[in-house]
Amino acid sequence: MNVKLGRKATLITAGIGVAVLLGWLATSQGPLAPAKVTLAKVEQGPLIASTFGIGTVEARRSYAIGPTVASRVLRVLVDQGDVVKTGQLLAELDPVDLGDRVVSGQLAAERTASIVRAAEAQLAEAQSRTQLAVASARRSTELRAQGFVSQEAADAKGHEANAAKAAADAAAAQLAAARRDHDRALSDVAGVRKLRAQARLTSLVDGVVSARLVEPGTTIVAGQAVLQVIDPATLWIKARIDQGQAGGVHVGQPAEIVLRSDAKRAYRGEVQRVDWVSDAVTEERIVNVGFAARPEGISVGELVEVTIRTAELANVGSVPAAALKRLDRQDGVWQFVDGRVAFRPVKVGITTLDGRSQIVDGLNVGDEVVVHSEQVLKPDTRVKVVPAIVRANP
Amino acid sequence: MINLAGRDILYAWGKFIFTGLGLGLLVGLTLSMAGIYRGLVDDGMVLLQNGGADLWVVQRDTLGPYAEPSNVRDDAYRALLGVRGVAEAGNVTYLTMQIQHESSDVRVMLVGFEPGHPGEPGYLVAGRPITRSHYEAIADVKTGFQLDERIRIRRHEYTVVGLTRRMVSSGGDPMVFVPLQDAQEVQFLKDDDALVNERARTAANPAFNRPGVPGLLEAVQASQASSRTVNVVMLRLVSNADEVVVAREIRRWKHLEAYTRADMNEILVAKLIATSAKQIFMFLVILAVVSAAIVAFIIYTMTLNKVREIAVLKLIGARNRTIAGMILQQALGLGAIAFVVGKTVATLWAPIFPKYVLLLPGDAVLGAVLVLVICAFASIVAIRAALRVDPATAIGG
Repeated sequence: MNVKLGRKATLITAGIGVAVLLGWLATSQGPLAPAKVTLAKVEQGPLIASTFGIGTVEARRSYAIGPTVASRVLRVLVDQGDVVKTGQLLAELDPVDLGDRVVSGQLAAERTASIVRAAEAQLAEAQSRTQLAVASARRSTELRAQGFVSQEAADAKGHEANAAKAAADAAAAQLAAARRDHDRALSDVAGVRKLRAQARLTSLVDGVVSARLVEPGTTIVAGQAVLQVIDPATLWIKARIDQGQAGGVHVGQPAEIVLRSDAKRAYRGEVQRVDWVSDAVTEERIVNVGFAARPEGISVGELVEVTIRTAELANVGSVPAAALKRLDRQDGVWQFVDGRVAFRPVKVGITTLDGRSQIVDGLNVGDEVVVHSEQVLKPDTRVKVVPAIVRANP
Repeated sequence: MINLAGRDILYAWGKFIFTGLGLGLLVGLTLSMAGIYRGLVDDGMVLLQNGGADLWVVQRDTLGPYAEPSNVRDDAYRALLGVRGVAEAGNVTYLTMQIQHESSDVRVMLVGFEPGHPGEPGYLVAGRPITRSHYEAIADVKTGFQLDERIRIRRHEYTVVGLTRRMVSSGGDPMVFVPLQDAQEVQFLKDDDALVNERARTAANPAFNRPGVPGLLEAVQASQASSRTVNVVMLRLVSNADEVVVAREIRRWKHLEAYTRADMNEILVAKLIATSAKQIFMFLVILAVVSAAIVAFIIYTMTLNKVREIAVLKLIGARNRTIAGMILQQALGLGAIAFVVGKTVATLWAPIFPKYVLLLPGDAVLGAVLVLVICAFASIVAIRAALRVDPATAIGG
């Protein structure tokens, strides 16, 4: 009997053991197991709001130097990287017949100068004739009064005097016309000279040649650039920042710039311009950031990452950003209550780049909220609090 | 009365337990196969749940984005937000690719999403959400990536800032979430050599490189390198909107295809994973049949091994019911041990599988019932054999 009882006890024990094992398996391993979560407290402290964007290094002032008329490139005197001064000759276009036209214009001017001199002589002659004729006519009039000459002879002398005056006026007008002609010829030659000067491309600024776009012999259209000159002192960043995060960006805010070629280092900079026009297609705001000190060896077009510090809050409550969820278009957090979770709506302020979100309203400092969970939480989900859901590998 | 079955088991308990263990492994295998089948279907389900979307808007006449390629312009969401009943919209891209990780490749599905919009992972198991608009990633734990690890996707390095789980494609590839614009660039921006070659090809095309039109070539090349498409626009509706009505509106007026959750379920489960699910289900059925046959054989041979003892029992006048009860009890005991062992091992080795294995409690109960029924049936054959034993064999026959 004893043996039998012992066996029964053994069987019962084994049965209970098996039931416990199955129960444990069902409630801790399978879909019925409580979801593991980690908790964090609402902390009080300073928060630094920043915004992040990527951009390229660009020259604020970039000069495309090219002709105003279609022409052929004769010489290009500088190459990429050359430092140039204001007014320095950079390239020359083939003037074709412009030199000849200058000479032709000069000759034409000289010819008109001669015509002016001839007209002056003619005028002098006509004036001399007029003086003689007028004197002669006056004498005839006096003699007629005393009856020494006939009326007819006196009239003839009067007519001669009038004709001589008219001839002198005509000569004066001709001289004026010749002078205008001369002025015009001078203007012509000056114009052609200027045209000739246009064929010489000079630098408008002190700067660096950033591109040599065409080589001698190329025919280019009006407005096409031969050389590109930039002013290296005006290198800055054209950063593109998502419109959704560009809210607090203002001129003068400090920024950190990381060049792709030197990703380990952050250069200091400052927001210098926030464009009025943002990109409607990519939904990005364009923000220009200048370097505090221009790095050596920087290249135009290089990709950079820009972090702009937009606000600094001295003492506010915050939670990890991973704790914030949206349920029915309402921001909130999950709170741990007696082994289950409950949704608590909150008002969220800024979120920092390292993942802390400001809690404006809805939670108190020290309140515990669910940060990580191994599944989507629903109201009243059973949860189990663990220090970490995934173990970090060393 | 003496429990003959218990006595007999105690007499050769080692053999009995080991037989039960062996059977248990077989049952565990069958349960795992059921779990793999459930996991395959569940992978499809979580793919739909994770985005948190009510409607999927894709290219017209496609079953995108999971079952077919689909391309939608990325500004289409603005028009969709204007449709009555739509509350939120999020652009999402999908691209299956290999990512270098510790001198080997990880196959992942790269998901481009807009933080704060439908399509973003609903929960994290570690780390934080994406806060920068570029070069940050959230990875599924199955990728093997660690927090703060730098991973290279095409031409840029991304920092893993968060980890999530159960975010897989319908094929089971773990997902890596990156900001939308980066994902668009990854989809369409080729490697450096391809870009240079493409530029040379365009430059060689006289239509794009005309001497009299400076700037045309640059304009064409710039247009080639940019991408303005996404694979799907996920919509979340206001709480009282009828998704079927909204989907119909979008189909009619926006000239895009819109799928409700039910449609997506149909596409994923009935079309996309149907063949592989059927394949596994078929295998599950065969495995179950084979397991049943093996259980039957074992019980039958166990009984045949005891022919002499049964003959002695008969000789001393044991009733047939007693003998039948002994065999049935032994068979059921064996089944119970097998189930417990099978359920235990299946649960314990499930997390090691590379793809998700979902062991449903309902399946386990069904499995238990089936195992016991099969054991009972198998014992009938054995009982018939036992009852036919000639008592004379006990005395040297």
